[in-house]
Amino acid sequence: MNENWMALKELGENRMSAVGAVIIVFLVFVAFFAPYLAPHDPLKQNLGKRLLAPNGEYPFGTDELGRCIFSRVLYGTRISLEIGVVVVVITALVGTILGGVSGYCGGIVDEIIMRAVDIVLAFPSIILALVIAGLLGPGLFNVILALAVTHWPAYTRLVRGMTLSVKEKEFVEAARALRASSFYILRRHILPNCINPVIVLATLGIAHTIIFAAALSFLGLGIQPPTPEWGSMLKAGIPYLRSAPFLTFFPGIMIMITVLAFNFLGDGLRDTLDPRAKEMLMMRK
Amino acid sequence: MSLLRIEGLRVYFNARGRIVKANNGVDLDIRENEILGLIGETGCGKSILGRAIMGLLSENVEVGGRIIYKGENLLDLSEDRMRQIRGREIAMMLQNPSTSLNPVLTVGEQIAEVYRCHNDATREEAKRKASNMLELVGVDSKRMCEYPHQFSGGMKQRVMIAIGLALNPRILIADEPTTGLDSSMKNQVLDLMSELIRSRDMSMLLITHDLGVARRMCDRIAVMYAGELVEIAPAEKILSEPKHPYTQGLLDSLPRMGLKPIPGASPSLSSPPRGCKYHPRCRYKGDECSEKHPDMIRLGDSYVRCILYKNDKSKA
Repeated sequence: MNENWMALKELGENRMSAVGAVIIVFLVFVAFFAPYLAPHDPLKQNLGKRLLAPNGEYPFGTDELGRCIFSRVLYGTRISLEIGVVVVVITALVGTILGGVSGYCGGIVDEIIMRAVDIVLAFPSIILALVIAGLLGPGLFNVILALAVTHWPAYTRLVRGMTLSVKEKEFVEAARALRASSFYILRRHILPNCINPVIVLATLGIAHTIIFAAALSFLGLGIQPPTPEWGSMLKAGIPYLRSAPFLTFFPGIMIMITVLAFNFLGDGLRDTLDPRAKEMLMMRK
Repeated sequence: MSLLRIEGLRVYFNARGRIVKANNGVDLDIRENEILGLIGETGCGKSILGRAIMGLLSENVEVGGRIIYKGENLLDLSEDRMRQIRGREIAMMLQNPSTSLNPVLTVGEQIAEVYRCHNDATREEAKRKASNMLELVGVDSKRMCEYPHQFSGGMKQRVMIAIGLALNPRILIADEPTTGLDSSMKNQVLDLMSELIRSRDMSMLLITHDLGVARRMCDRIAVMYAGELVEIAPAEKILSEPKHPYTQGLLDSLPRMGLKPIPGASPSLSSPPRGCKYHPRCRYKGDECSEKHPDMIRLGDSYVRCILYKNDKSKA
């Protein structure tokens, strides 16, 4: 308990990660209470009020169909965070388990899993995701699937490497000397010792996933209109880039802020949780 | 009565084409209610012997001979069967307490784990038993919820003892239980161990390179050199009248005996010398020593592997 508090305090003292954490808390708040915070229905069209510049009634202006951009941006937070978190939870879980099994069992199992990792990594991930989303058709579920399929290998490699080093530790042999089974050792002794870098990678992974999901939507293979999503809002705003830049500016800035926040937090977490990275930082100072 | 009998144990490692004979024809028995010391230099194969008994050597290691426990050869048992023996029948304490405890689990969890692994207890019971064990080894059970890094070396070693003894095994194999402890702590830990072992009618195989530790604890002592046993004798006898030249050399190298080191270095286990493995360093060596590998010779209740004694032998 004590130690967790210390780590948290250390994290708070790192200004960047504190900023990141505050922004993330704020974004989560927005996502939860979007229906109460949004001044308008994000789907309601009002062709009489198209492409209005930001004003009192419409803080971020209106889009080409007269919808309130502010409300749409708020609702967009929901989808982006949802995709980010769901994809990262799935990939981290699958990747960690596969990595642990791969590193612990070794031999043919390791070979199979690692070659699968190589195959997935051999494709540029955006292309692979495009193919999957293209084949399955657009939609929230398919976006999540496409992202999950392309993003698990990073965790698998990381955890496999950690497992290889942790499994040689004496406490693993000690546990074997007490009759613990392989599965038990993996679950209780090895994986908990690998968790810190996974947390760091997962935090940075949320940022990456959000950009990726926005990119898919921007290319028309992600979340479909009229659902308010930042990537598809960007796409819809392209024709009006000169005449009504606020169509693209606000969703763009939201993507940037969100990604930055997760990156800040991830960097801070890495400094706190990974002593080696911290040492390197100290040396640089 | 012998509780565990090792017959002709061979442990060969294959290190890039070279065969390393870490144990070569070891015969040894652990009797009931005894503390048997296994002493020898670093790298002579003592720890390997302990791991071989526990079946903890990796699969690519060639293990031969027999290890008989309760009428069964442990080397033939399936992994499942072996797991039932580990911890409950034969337990092992590894060399280094600071690396033998998992840094991310609390001390209490790690003791309770022993009971949980053997399906002996519910979570609550395991926790209660763990706290009893902790008190037994002289650690305040309030410290159950602390992590290993909050414990000193001696305290960690006490936790290791608690884990080793948790299921009342018949035999405890302790591999260098006092490495990294200062001498007052060392004595405390050793006294605690021998008291607990004696009071529970257990046997112990104490692996150490420290003659002082062996003298303090053991009933019998076996001396290992380059993968072979060279002398087995009751503790007081081996210390007062050592037979094998290597044992004599070990005793002479103790500070109070004049700190005289044995000349030379211990041989490589992959290409040991012909004949008696000790002969290049031996002050009594004769022509025969480099030719013929000596057999174990029985002298009353001791055994020695040296041709100096071949005339008063009754061969074992």
